Amino acid sequence: MCCRIVKLLLLPAVLAVQALAQPTASAPATQAQIAALQQAVQEAHSAADNAWMLVSAALVLLMTGPGLALFYGGLVRRKNILSTMMQSFAMMCLITILWAIAGYSLAFAHGTCFIGGFEHLFLRGVSIAPNLDYAATIPEQTFMVYQLMFAIITPALITGAFAERMKFSSMAVFLSAWSLLVYSPMAHMVWGVGGLLNANGGRIPSLDFAGGTVVHITSGVSALVTCIYLGKRFGYPHQKMQPHSMVLSFIGACLLWVGWFGFNAGSALGSGSLATSAFVNTHFAAAAAAVGWSIAEWLHGGKPTALGAISGAVAGLVAITPASGYVQPFSALAIGFVAGLFCFFMVFVVKKYFGYDDSLDAFGVHGAGGTLGALLTGLFATRAINAAFGKDAPTGAFDGHWSQLFNQAAGVGVSWGISIVGTLLLLFIVDKTMGLRVSPEDESEGLDLSQHGEEGYDLNS
Amino acid sequence: MLKIEAILQPSKLDAVKDALVEAGIEGMTILEARGHGRQKGHTEFYRGREYTVDLLPKVKIELVVSDDLKEKAVQAIIGAARTGRIGDGKIFISRVEEAIRIRNDERGETSL
Repeated sequence: MCCRIVKLLLLPAVLAVQALAQPTASAPATQAQIAALQQAVQEAHSAADNAWMLVSAALVLLMTGPGLALFYGGLVRRKNILSTMMQSFAMMCLITILWAIAGYSLAFAHGTCFIGGFEHLFLRGVSIAPNLDYAATIPEQTFMVYQLMFAIITPALITGAFAERMKFSSMAVFLSAWSLLVYSPMAHMVWGVGGLLNANGGRIPSLDFAGGTVVHITSGVSALVTCIYLGKRFGYPHQKMQPHSMVLSFIGACLLWVGWFGFNAGSALGSGSLATSAFVNTHFAAAAAAVGWSIAEWLHGGKPTALGAISGAVAGLVAITPASGYVQPFSALAIGFVAGLFCFFMVFVVKKYFGYDDSLDAFGVHGAGGTLGALLTGLFATRAINAAFGKDAPTGAFDGHWSQLFNQAAGVGVSWGISIVGTLLLLFIVDKTMGLRVSPEDESEGLDLSQHGEEGYDLNS
Repeated sequence: MLKIEAILQPSKLDAVKDALVEAGIEGMTILEARGHGRQKGHTEFYRGREYTVDLLPKVKIELVVSDDLKEKAVQAIIGAARTGRIGDGKIFISRVEEAIRIRNDERGETSL
């Protein structure tokens, strides 16, 4: 690495010396030298991109395990801690296998504008060579494994809505099928080559940098559908059902925040300045949103709770996800702050009013935050950060391209639509064949014992 | 022989324990308990909902002493635990029928 930089710096000197020494016969030798140096630069560039992308993939996986596992785990009652964590862990395992078999192909292979084809079934053709459709400087396997981490966390987010009452077997089947039926198609439409909503040449170019629609709206809306279909937990809302360990949730939330740098900045698919923009925006939005939520909670007549602060931070991270690689830092602060207020409203007012048991606020934070973020992306996106539509073409509304708001709305609409339809269909099928809910006795005993024959804590042993 | 049960604020445990040892009482059992008397619980917030938590953490000390140590033990406890506010706790005294040392089968007051 050092060697190559030194070579680059010495290039002018070398050329000058060569020109003085052999004025006539040096041209081919110089050309060869320049070509070799260009190759070295390219390799250095790829090495930097690949290093960052592999780290980002690891960070995104960290968001699921243990980030989300801890965040959700701490929020449920003690008798359900292990089962809650197992749901996230099961996704880490099952989705990986499905992704390798068909998920990646359905999301990123050439196909229709709605779904990819079978070109990469069993990862055929996915090698160390870059896939020029997506990222020219990194091996396609890096791209594939990075995207896999997104495919893992998306269904894991849904588990928050049906916490403490769904059968483990049914959950595994339902979410595995969901990944192929809802996630892969949505990923294809927004990021896949030829996708309907792809910012790069799609019929309705929608700006979604890291997955506001693909990950958060789909998981959040599917969560809402699931929690309504399954029904409320026994005793909700009169019985006290409080987090058994805010400490675990706090740790989980912080892991989510840090992991999100991989989620957003990694979506730059490289280690250059766009990754920096996304990184800064991600952090700014999280901070502003936590402040927003805490202020709202304080004014609402309560005290500024730890749960509120961390939920606010997550809401900001969700909202900035689609915008992270398109907006200025102060836009990120604004998006975050508004998301903190908006998601607070969704959880404290709207959820209370309608009475659905979205146990861990998967819809209130991810569904609502993702929707808000996708629309605000259309407002704040600027070519100064990312000339997504061409060097001098305006990207978002404030940039001069007001019709982008319609495109964003279309992306939001499609993600809501596919989530509702796909989720209802799958829930119905699994319900009729396997049953979705645990029995009342099992629910009362707790899922750790009834589903897994284990206890999360045995402090006396 | 008398059994003295004292339900206390957890923060008073160390002071009471020290006072009892100073008073010449050598054995005791400490339990973690929850409860309330006239002291109201506290409210907690979860997602905007207010919940009353009326099972407050308490500490229970159990001693079995010979009759002549009763007043000394009680005064030690009260001296260390009293703050004058609601929530100081209570002491209950009952008669013990038998006491046995497991190690060597000693019975009665010598086993205490």
